[in-house]
Amino acid sequence: MASAARSAWPAPRALALLATLALLALVPPVAGLLHQPFYVELFRRVMILAIAAVSLDLILGYGGMVSFGHAAYLGVGAYAVAVSAHYGVTSGLVQWPLAVLASMAVAGVIGAISIRTSGLYFIMITLAFTQMLYYLGIGIEEFGGDNGMRLTTRSQFAGLVPLAHPTVFYYVVLGVLAAAVGLGHRLVNARFGLVLQGARSNEPRMRALGFSTFRYRLAAFAIAGGLGGLAGALLVNQTEYLTPDFMHWTRSGEIMFMVILGGMGTLTGPVLGAIALILLETVLSGWTEHWQGLLGPILVLVVLFARGGLVGLLPAPRTGAER
Amino acid sequence: MTLLLVCEQLLNGLQYGVMLFLLAAGLTLVFGIMNLVNLAHGSLYMVGAYVATAVFARTGSFVLGVAAALAATLLVGMAVEVVALRTLYERDHLDQVLATFGLILFFNEAVAVLWGRAAIHASVPPFLSGHLELPGGLRYPAYRAAIIAVGLAVAVLLGVLVSRTRLGMRIRAGASNRTMVSALGVNVRLLYTVVFGLGAALAALAGAMAGPIFSVQPGMGEEILIQVFVVIVVGGIGSVRGALVGALLVGLVDTLGRAFLRPLLATVLSLSAANTAGPALASMLIYLLMAGVLLFRPQGLFPASRG
Repeated sequence: MASAARSAWPAPRALALLATLALLALVPPVAGLLHQPFYVELFRRVMILAIAAVSLDLILGYGGMVSFGHAAYLGVGAYAVAVSAHYGVTSGLVQWPLAVLASMAVAGVIGAISIRTSGLYFIMITLAFTQMLYYLGIGIEEFGGDNGMRLTTRSQFAGLVPLAHPTVFYYVVLGVLAAAVGLGHRLVNARFGLVLQGARSNEPRMRALGFSTFRYRLAAFAIAGGLGGLAGALLVNQTEYLTPDFMHWTRSGEIMFMVILGGMGTLTGPVLGAIALILLETVLSGWTEHWQGLLGPILVLVVLFARGGLVGLLPAPRTGAER
Repeated sequence: MTLLLVCEQLLNGLQYGVMLFLLAAGLTLVFGIMNLVNLAHGSLYMVGAYVATAVFARTGSFVLGVAAALAATLLVGMAVEVVALRTLYERDHLDQVLATFGLILFFNEAVAVLWGRAAIHASVPPFLSGHLELPGGLRYPAYRAAIIAVGLAVAVLLGVLVSRTRLGMRIRAGASNRTMVSALGVNVRLLYTVVFGLGAALAALAGAMAGPIFSVQPGMGEEILIQVFVVIVVGGIGSVRGALVGALLVGLVDTLGRAFLRPLLATVLSLSAANTAGPALASMLIYLLMAGVLLFRPQGLFPASRG
């Protein structure tokens, strides 16, 4: 079982991931040479959404739980940072753990109710809970209601890590992304991840083997939520503006599309998917105002014809059990 | 005065409920029979609203507008079914969600190209612009009363169709065991298209009637669609009866919550706290209702029997 798990992250895909991270590390110097600081902003956003996509893939790809509400955790993380800043707490050492813990707690509650159900019910319930949080965000006038509010200062790290500096912030995000992928790698290859994947392929069998699949799923759901919350904390630092739109249901769809576009059930896929989708959006929106009218059919075509995602272009792992 | 207000809001809740039912019935049938999650159902509602509004504005006849909306949406729905959805019946729910999400992006943008991003104005037809005098001195807008009447009539017709006719028998049989139905010689592919068309027509009817009440703009479909999801999850996916009960429940809870939660809270909390918490809580109410129902009945109130 352990050797099968190791081959779930085969060399070509691991290499692709490392190469991608290395290329991402080169973005700021290259952007500096080209005098295009815009690219630092752009790829920072790409990486933040990639963290969210990796976290979603933990439950979607490895756990088989089709959560259509991952934007909720982005939102909770963003609110945790912006609300503490609103009350004068600007230290990232408080804000970021708070973002993670708050979104883990929210994911725990949502998960505890939704994991009891399955299939279509699960999809709709996760969507509905996210919608509920979205309306909560719109309703709280204290934090700007549907207009949102400005984040006046980015998270402070005792003056050691100035996030106000674009390049420093960039490498912080890159570091978090690398750590998230590393964490994901450890998780899915650990006993925990194997149980999770076992429950995806054959839940009755895992139950018969004596595993409480509900607990494993709930734990995975909470971990994914926490990581999503961290991405939200980064996102609000990136935009320097908090808005309930972080939790809009189309963002959940967008993150889900990143996972599928890149290839779900892999760690390389979500990262590649995030890069591909944001670049595609940037190109299309530079081209026409009605870019979503083009993106929609592209999405349909990807789902209908390119099932393995971008990762499917790389040599496949040798495991037979994988879908 | 207060009693009149409560009665009026009850009627508004009923009116919103039957609207939700028109959408939920189609969505739940399509899921029950084709096992298809169609997020783009809201787009059909939007197409219905736009076509009805445009034709009504052009010809001056509301009835013609509704008829055109039904016809156009039926065509659009069938085209979508043949081009994209047919391939998706055998796929898992994730693929269906994503592909129909792509369709939503396309439809919203297509509507924005044709009619612009701003909301377009739809007026109440003149013959329904008055008020009805109800017993007890309640004056209720005739248009909203007409929606209630049409919605309830459709509910009855649909109930008869599903439980008393040959087509309904096939629909129910298709929901419980489609392999067997197909083996017995029913053209399942045709049955699918008919059911999808029926759902599209109901969505168009809801959209056409919604025009004068809600704003007609891109994205209007999704706002209501997510509430329709709550309806069918509460009612039990695949059950038309569940859709009706769920729709009325959600319609009433949502409307009454928006109308009375803030004043009710104000009697307990301070006025400013009630002003903050009231609207936020009111818009969360139906999701709390859903969570509560699912906690005790994970398959909804009327689980459809599946073979």
